Amino acid sequence: MIRRALVALGLPAVLIVLWWLLSANSTSFFWPPLSDIVAAFPRTWTADPIRNDVLPSLARLAAGYLTALVAGVAAGTAIGSSRTLRSLAEPALEFLRAVPPPVLIPVIALFAGYTGWTAKVIAIALGCVWPILLNTVEGVRSLDEVLRDTARSYRLGRSATLRHVVLRGSSPLIATGARQALSIGVILMVVSELFGANRGLGAAIVQFQRGFAIPQMWTGIVLLGLLGVTLSGLFRLVEHRYLAWYRGLRQAERGV
Amino acid sequence: MTTAPALTAAPGAGRWRRPALGLLGAVVEALPRLAIVDERFLPPFSTMARALKGQLAVAEFWTALGQTLRGWALGLAIAMLAGIAAGVVIGSVPALRAVTASTIEFLRPIPSVALIPLVVLVYGSRPQSALVLVVYAAFWQVLVQVLYGVADVDPVIRDTARSYRFSRWAVVRTVVWPTAMPYVVTGFRLAAAVALILEITAELIIGVPGLGRSIGVAQSSGAVAQTYALVIVVGLVGVAVNASARSVERRALRWHTSVRRDL
Repeated sequence: MIRRALVALGLPAVLIVLWWLLSANSTSFFWPPLSDIVAAFPRTWTADPIRNDVLPSLARLAAGYLTALVAGVAAGTAIGSSRTLRSLAEPALEFLRAVPPPVLIPVIALFAGYTGWTAKVIAIALGCVWPILLNTVEGVRSLDEVLRDTARSYRLGRSATLRHVVLRGSSPLIATGARQALSIGVILMVVSELFGANRGLGAAIVQFQRGFAIPQMWTGIVLLGLLGVTLSGLFRLVEHRYLAWYRGLRQAERGV
Repeated sequence: MTTAPALTAAPGAGRWRRPALGLLGAVVEALPRLAIVDERFLPPFSTMARALKGQLAVAEFWTALGQTLRGWALGLAIAMLAGIAAGVVIGSVPALRAVTASTIEFLRPIPSVALIPLVVLVYGSRPQSALVLVVYAAFWQVLVQVLYGVADVDPVIRDTARSYRFSRWAVVRTVVWPTAMPYVVTGFRLAAAVALILEITAELIIGVPGLGRSIGVAQSSGAVAQTYALVIVVGLVGVAVNASARSVERRALRWHTSVRRDL
């Protein structure tokens, strides 16, 4: 146990110590000593910027991401279940998926401007929706035919089939899409704040950079990094819980 | 030889391809014409097409396209080389793998856009800014896939190679590489898409020369049809990137059972 903890924490500790030592007497403007960055952290991220920059950013990310999740799974299930719909929608989806999401921000700005919440939430949702939608379509398509037929033989109702067979069966692929979407969502959360006069975590970091407040800028980069790590950890926790049955199934398949 | 089912479209999709795309164009044409959407925000499809045709005759457009593609390809190539080298080395040495696992898990989810302020300070709007972001984002995709691939090597084959006293290099070339190849190719496909996103983002936000910057300029100067035309071009570049990544996948894995279905 102690050995495992040592192995896991060893290299990060060494890297941080190295950063600390190498930067200790740094006079370079861009690379301030780590001690300065650590000292600047509590001064920079006090209650006020957390309330006015960080939390609104996170709220927009949550709103956009959840919208994308609901819309992506709903549309994906519909498209995946109908062959006609799929062949009609596929070429358009191929194209829309290939558009790098940040270019949507100037287009959305034509309708809603740069500064409002709506524009940013729409940008995040539009960027996140494609991986979720396409993976849901794949998941629904690759459902076991026997399962579907069994559900029909037992006269499972429409909503019960949807819940217990279709959504359950495609959930491993939906989770894959949702994981890809999460990192795109974080990118768009930051990028959507960098246009025009804005507030938010991303905007704050760029503000520090423009004002040449370099240690403060670094605290922002660190905060954003921690945020990314926390979100991916949270995602893994949720996935671990909901896909426990799938892991068990895979293990059983391999073990026998 | 037939291709893997996962890589081809649904049966009958080809027949619908043209009508489906035509439908999309027709909807975009109709919405502003019927005044459902304001024409200042969404011009009719024909206007976009005209703007696109106009762009094709402008030298700056081709320069920007070339700059975007060059930045993307260079960043992707560096990320592939670094990712494969690091992945094979870390993956082949169990101790190294155990020690680095937590660090990789920590560094990977750090959003690459967090580096934007830093590269702006160091490089300004030169192409190096975009390159750093592209390489950082694409590197992790490749590295993680290579690590999975190397871990997937059959222990019996590895032991057999050791019994025959294969040299370290021969093991990498004849045992590790073929096993990891499908993973490497998946990493390439994922990295190609991410690299394009970051290249365009850097152009759009930092002002690195390329299509992204052209979109920003067109939008802020009120050239709406041109903005849409350039967004369509970027989308087509994305489609081409996906399609070429798939074809690389099929070519490189011609021998692999997932592609060679006629066993």
